[in-house]
Amino acid sequence: MSAATVPKLRVDDVTKYYGSTLVLDGVDLDVADHEVVCLIGASGSGKSTLLRCVNRLEPFDHGRIMLDGVSVDDPSFGRTGLCRRVAIVFQAFNLFPHKTVLDNVTLAPRRVHRRDRAEAEARAHELLERLGLDGLAAKYPEQLSGGQQQRVAVVRALATDPDVLLLDEVTAALDPELVGGVLDVIRDLKAGGMTMMIVTHEMAFARDVADRVAFLDGGRIVEVGPPDRVLRDPTEPRTRAFLQRIIEAGRL
Amino acid sequence: MSTTADTDAAAPGEHPPARRARPLPPRAEQVSARDRWLPIGIAVASTVVVFGGLARVITASPTWPAIRAQFFDVDEMLAALPQVWAGFLVNMRIWAVSLVLIAVAGLGVAILRSLPGPWMAPVRVAAVVYVDLLRGMPALLLVLLFGLGVPALDIPGLPSGRLFWGTTALVLGYAAYTSDVYRAGMQAVHDGQRAAAKSLGLTEWQILRHAIVPQAIRNVTPALLNLAVALQKDVALLSVIGVREAVREAQIYTSRTFNFSSMVTATLLFLLATVPLARFTDRVARRDQERRLQRTR
Repeated sequence: MSAATVPKLRVDDVTKYYGSTLVLDGVDLDVADHEVVCLIGASGSGKSTLLRCVNRLEPFDHGRIMLDGVSVDDPSFGRTGLCRRVAIVFQAFNLFPHKTVLDNVTLAPRRVHRRDRAEAEARAHELLERLGLDGLAAKYPEQLSGGQQQRVAVVRALATDPDVLLLDEVTAALDPELVGGVLDVIRDLKAGGMTMMIVTHEMAFARDVADRVAFLDGGRIVEVGPPDRVLRDPTEPRTRAFLQRIIEAGRL
Repeated sequence: MSTTADTDAAAPGEHPPARRARPLPPRAEQVSARDRWLPIGIAVASTVVVFGGLARVITASPTWPAIRAQFFDVDEMLAALPQVWAGFLVNMRIWAVSLVLIAVAGLGVAILRSLPGPWMAPVRVAAVVYVDLLRGMPALLLVLLFGLGVPALDIPGLPSGRLFWGTTALVLGYAAYTSDVYRAGMQAVHDGQRAAAKSLGLTEWQILRHAIVPQAIRNVTPALLNLAVALQKDVALLSVIGVREAVREAQIYTSRTFNFSSMVTATLLFLLATVPLARFTDRVARRDQERRLQRTR
């Protein structure tokens, strides 16, 4: 990562309050093109909130977040430009239960980005096949396993060909035997060069897929660096204490 | 369950070792004749005692023969049937038309009430005032006010039929109720659905149209059917403004013959329509329940 080039995503001194409670405290983080950054930390440390600020699901109070050097609230994005370029996948999938898999995936391309139905569906089928979901296009979410639902949610996020993918604890709601399939999909996306910010509790996965790991505590990024260093040999006592708890819980 | 089956299979069983010694599923529990028939006997006997006793008390009343002739004269009931049936068809027509109008108007009000933004404040206020006023008024009063009051205004251009204004009163009253049912259904849709729709770039209106409202309708279908049953009976309120529906026709018959059996005819016709609908509502509610349980599993 050279400092001269503009990062894909720049989080610059972002501060956010819920009422008078500080949830993000001057967060700085750059994510380079094709880079995968994993955010780790205890519940309530601000990881998910940071993710939701990046695609403006949540407003923040101070600081800037920039995509390719352009602030995410810049009018040049229009109403839907940012949504097309930064996609998010949620912990609870949040698929629309009354729509088929195909309708879930083509909703944004057709209704938001005004793509032709045939074109949107062709692209959807292509993505579904790539993620091993061919044959499920006509099913409803509740007819699928959790792992399949989460992969459909990934396809829905990819349907607008975003530059950046935000993943918010995407395996936390899955049965253990279904986690692997979803993580494989994310590994494939990394191999394909997708820029990602991933909130996760799967430390082994973070070590495997992340270019850098950032540890958050109390709304601050306490430590950031390559996964081998942050996860094996953290310098900050708070990171060490957190990892110790994870190891005791048998999660690393 | 499977673990016990496996350990049992290892033990030498009395079953012939056909393929692999595996204990058979437990046979249907043997119930003695006494255990099977005694509860049924008790249920039948107690029912007969309670309702038989009730019937005895009623029929023992010195006025019962007169009441029976006045209300339950089968010949009179049958004689009144054609006239009451004609009225009942009017009921069903009013019911069907108002049902559609109420379903649409109620949803409309619920959506207007949920529109965000300062510009929509007057719309929201109007919706709230409408729901509060109309829901707080007795349906009978609404029917009287609209059915007798509005035609009496004699405003040119407005229809003056009592049937029209009576139906309007029903629709306005029930739409207020229905809008609140829809609103509850919309609030019950999980926040994650809104977040997902918003992250995809849908507008407020598209979020309602594609994510919230379809799920809300599914959530509240049992409650809406319940209101449909109630509406079926409330159509009879239009009799007070002279609409010739079943109750009105029964009254006309009564005033001619001084026999109230026509009222019982009307009652039976109402039951004939509402009971199946109520059963259907129960079934829909049960299926809805099962769907939810499956989802949260």
